[in-house]
Amino acid sequence: MSAIIEVKKVSKSFGGVKANTDISLTVQEGGITGLIGPNGSGKTTLFNSIVGYHPIDGGSIKFRGREISKMLVPEIARLGLLRTFQQTRIYAKMNCVENMLISLPHRKAGFFDMFRRHDTEEQERAEALLDFVGLYEKRYLRSGDLSFGQQKLLEFAMALMNEPDVLLLDEPTAGINPTLINGLIDRLKRANSDFGITLLVIEHNMRVIMNMADTVYCLAHGELLASGTPEEVQNDQDVIDAYLGAH
Amino acid sequence: MIIPKPVLYIGLLALTVAAPFLFPAYMTQLATLWLMIIVAMTWDMTGGQMGYNSLGNIFFYGTGMYVAAVITIGMVYDVREYTDAAGGGIFAFTEGQYFTGLVLGSIGAGLFCALCALAVGWLTFGLRGPYFAIGTLGVAIAAGELVSNWEWIGAGQGISMPNYPGEFDEFKLLIYFVFAGVGVLLFIFLNWLYTTRFRSAINAIRDDEDKAEAMGLRTLRYKLVSWSMAAFFVGVAGGVSAFQLIHFEPLETAYQTINLGIFMVVCVLLGGKGTLWGPIIGAVMFHVIKEVTWNYFLGWQWVALGAIIIVTVVYFQDGLLGWLRLKKPEWFGIRVTKKDEVVTGPAE
Repeated sequence: MSAIIEVKKVSKSFGGVKANTDISLTVQEGGITGLIGPNGSGKTTLFNSIVGYHPIDGGSIKFRGREISKMLVPEIARLGLLRTFQQTRIYAKMNCVENMLISLPHRKAGFFDMFRRHDTEEQERAEALLDFVGLYEKRYLRSGDLSFGQQKLLEFAMALMNEPDVLLLDEPTAGINPTLINGLIDRLKRANSDFGITLLVIEHNMRVIMNMADTVYCLAHGELLASGTPEEVQNDQDVIDAYLGAH
Repeated sequence: MIIPKPVLYIGLLALTVAAPFLFPAYMTQLATLWLMIIVAMTWDMTGGQMGYNSLGNIFFYGTGMYVAAVITIGMVYDVREYTDAAGGGIFAFTEGQYFTGLVLGSIGAGLFCALCALAVGWLTFGLRGPYFAIGTLGVAIAAGELVSNWEWIGAGQGISMPNYPGEFDEFKLLIYFVFAGVGVLLFIFLNWLYTTRFRSAINAIRDDEDKAEAMGLRTLRYKLVSWSMAAFFVGVAGGVSAFQLIHFEPLETAYQTINLGIFMVVCVLLGGKGTLWGPIIGAVMFHVIKEVTWNYFLGWQWVALGAIIIVTVVYFQDGLLGWLRLKKPEWFGIRVTKKDEVVTGPAE
């Protein structure tokens, strides 16, 4: 396995708040990397820095060896580095199939592809992926009318439709019914093994992350606290203290 | 739904052709109705489908008028000399010059406005929501003021267009069919455009532009192309209006922000934003309401218009079609479908 994302000494502050201080982490190609940490520890800020939502104050972010810290969000997305949102974002007034079709990769789209129709193959792929996340029957409903959990599943399916190389998932199981979580873990793992998508996952649910990830990084107060295999991180005294609030 | 589409389209086309002969007294009104349909449909391309509420589309209408006038006059005379004479009638146009002007002037107006949209859009598409609306309104107002101080094209006096070389009734019929022709072409164009990827893309921008960017959509490209296509048709309509009105001036007729500039938005709101038919239905409703109030409640017409806007905005935000979609979702293809069911695509 080789490193697909290399984050080196990245810092980001908002006014006086140091959200990230000298954070370095590596995401291995083909693996599932977990990112954990208490609320406000800077996980989402790091995600936003990677996908280009804001400029970073210092450090370097490389994707496949290419510096991306100065690139814009859509450019990074077209490289194949995609993220989902903590507050699920879908196109609420369009139905599920339309949501899927517009999520087709825009990497190779030329000017006149704007006026192309979707062919049957694309339609079938959209429906197959909706079936994969269990939304097939609701595919002609407006996505804004779906429940929050279903919208999360739709957002996940849209991300798969985009054929990314790396998918950054911001709390994929938050707000999802506990009995559905197992199904979701299974689908995330299959996205990784069957579609070959490298995953970087922010997660609060320890059971989920310890079950899935092969490497886990833990942030606290904007700094990297620990990293290693799930077992190592789980037994790290600093991590336990950070989560329980001991200092 | 109940009437098959080809029958509906042929019926409407026949009505379009027959209307000026069935109601000759209303010919000018019918021509204006087509103008309303054109500006409403084009406004919906950005306002309804893309979520960018432009209050500046009237800029393309006014600019279209002036470009058509300058092309028509400039092909035959010196524009400065012509406008200095202020339509003194000393300049004659032959039949050939008139029709060449009408065709080339209107098309030229459309092309020029399409380019203007690219330039203005490049500057204003960084703005979102109400800021975009106010920004574009500012462009239209500024353009009106600039033009009304520009001597070369007649400044505040405006421009007098050449007279139609023939009977007045014939002229009214010609203008009606030119407007109707542009409207039908626009409908055919949008009917096609809204089946392509383009529609999904601009709908995605409307629903969540940040998400669309995060998914790698080239949002600025879609926004510019959409507005530019809308501007083309508004520019053409403006060019034809210049010929229809014979004389026009900058602030009240060309860059009429508070009249046509607002009417086109009200039409779309009445009919239903983001649909193919909404703007058309809305334009018909609005035009009828407007003419009735202007005729029977003179003095109160603006009050009546204001009341309609308030009622629409407060109670029927999604317009007639939006209300129908809420009541009859299955007509719009919104339904739960099991796997083994035969699926027909969602209807528009």
